[in-house]
Amino acid sequence: MSQRFGLLSLAREALRGHRGWQPQWRSPERPRDAYDVVIVGGGGHGLATAYYLAKEHGLAGRVAVLEKGWIGGGNTGRNTTIIRSNYLFPESAALYDHAVKLWEGLSQDLDYNVMFSPRGVMMLAHNVHDVQSFRRHVHANRLDGVDNEWLTPAQAKAYCPPLDIDCARHPVLGAALQRRGGVARHDAVAWGYARAASALGVDIVQNCEVTGIDRDPATGAVTGLRTSKGAVRAGRIGVVAAGSTSLVMAMAGLRMPLESFPLQALVSEPVKPVFPCVVMSNTVHAYISQSDKGELVIGAGTDQYPSYSQAGGVQILTHTLEAICEMFPIFRRMRMLRSWGGIVDTTPDRSPIIGTTPVPGLFVNCGWGTGGFKATPGSGHVFAATIARGEPHPIAAPFSLERFTTGRLIDEAAAAAVAH
Amino acid sequence: MLLIRCPWCGDRAELEFRHCGEAHIVRPADPSAQSDAEWAEYLYLRENPRGWHRERWRHIHGCGRFFNALRHTGTDRFAATYRAEDPRPEIPE
Repeated sequence: MSQRFGLLSLAREALRGHRGWQPQWRSPERPRDAYDVVIVGGGGHGLATAYYLAKEHGLAGRVAVLEKGWIGGGNTGRNTTIIRSNYLFPESAALYDHAVKLWEGLSQDLDYNVMFSPRGVMMLAHNVHDVQSFRRHVHANRLDGVDNEWLTPAQAKAYCPPLDIDCARHPVLGAALQRRGGVARHDAVAWGYARAASALGVDIVQNCEVTGIDRDPATGAVTGLRTSKGAVRAGRIGVVAAGSTSLVMAMAGLRMPLESFPLQALVSEPVKPVFPCVVMSNTVHAYISQSDKGELVIGAGTDQYPSYSQAGGVQILTHTLEAICEMFPIFRRMRMLRSWGGIVDTTPDRSPIIGTTPVPGLFVNCGWGTGGFKATPGSGHVFAATIARGEPHPIAAPFSLERFTTGRLIDEAAAAAVAH
Repeated sequence: MLLIRCPWCGDRAELEFRHCGEAHIVRPADPSAQSDAEWAEYLYLRENPRGWHRERWRHIHGCGRFFNALRHTGTDRFAATYRAEDPRPEIPE
């Protein structure tokens, strides 16, 4: 059982010189021989899935998370932590709003401060197409019971004073604001889920790369996995491997409707609080907020070619910084500290895939593309239910792999005409 | 930024090119004879390998022509670029 956090434990440790804190989660060196469910991928989505399997589906002590590197070291640790749910289609709004509702109580649920900060996410409209598209989103969201409101340029300026609404190159014609949106602390999300899952008996095995998936020759059902730390038997496998999903699914003989691209982000030097909200400009591809450490956290675009390099072209960063400097002139002399890339798996309709696969016992949760962090709790919650019941959770059902055969796409790509 | 050898124009910066997806995907000659699953495979399923990848590029800010490339998705190194009618270059050791 992990330590509870609170005033009492803090006071006790303060008196003892903080020498009594224990590791927050167990990290077994090797997996056991067998589990009921093995989750492949120890990012936020995978850890959340394991947590909800143990907590809500009676699988405490019978679940493992296998991670080829360290937990939260992939896209969970590489994104810009934006949380919102104002997607156009009812299926998407239901999925992402399910996540936002879980975010709102997550720190209490996990007994771990994930620093969820609903400071508002404002999406800028720079041209007539943006205005029409975002106003349509506002109305659709209201019909779906998701908050989203339209701001005039002056209201946008009042909400985010550093914004130059008269910017000659990218004038602001209005903005869509979701006040319940915001940011969270990415590492704390991975650590909080790991700690809570571990307390429920989930084995989290790091540096354990899956190298093969074993199947019953007669039924085709999965029977286990081979890993860099030995074989593991499991009747159910949930693949939550983000950019590497195609590689893992190929081990079970499946091709996926996915392509993996580098997506970059960068942070500035830390400064005092200057930026009160999250601003997204899809048209010029710039996302910006300020972390609690004071760094500006800036999201750029994807490279145009598929790659697993976890790097990206410098011209992508330059393009984003040009837009940031035009829209927020006060940032022109800021120095950037570092940039990095993560590998995002994108689907043809830019909506995720959550559900069963043609291989019995094999489940997949992937295709979150450039915007998976915001969905972490909801994704794990509905995927855990899908694995436990062997059939899709109602919120996950529209996001099946079969939609690419039936043609029932959830085309958020066409809806926004940008990555998200 | 990548340096890409257009088979017609020579080495040019990546900014002049548009990536056009996996190469050698052939549109079925008789689409109406395809099952839904076969059509979905043609439209959507991709290899997405970590390793050598045959892909299409187009020199949009140059000669405008399509060509194919053999590029490693782990290192982004190009082994070759080739015209559609050329024999496919071997995958390097």
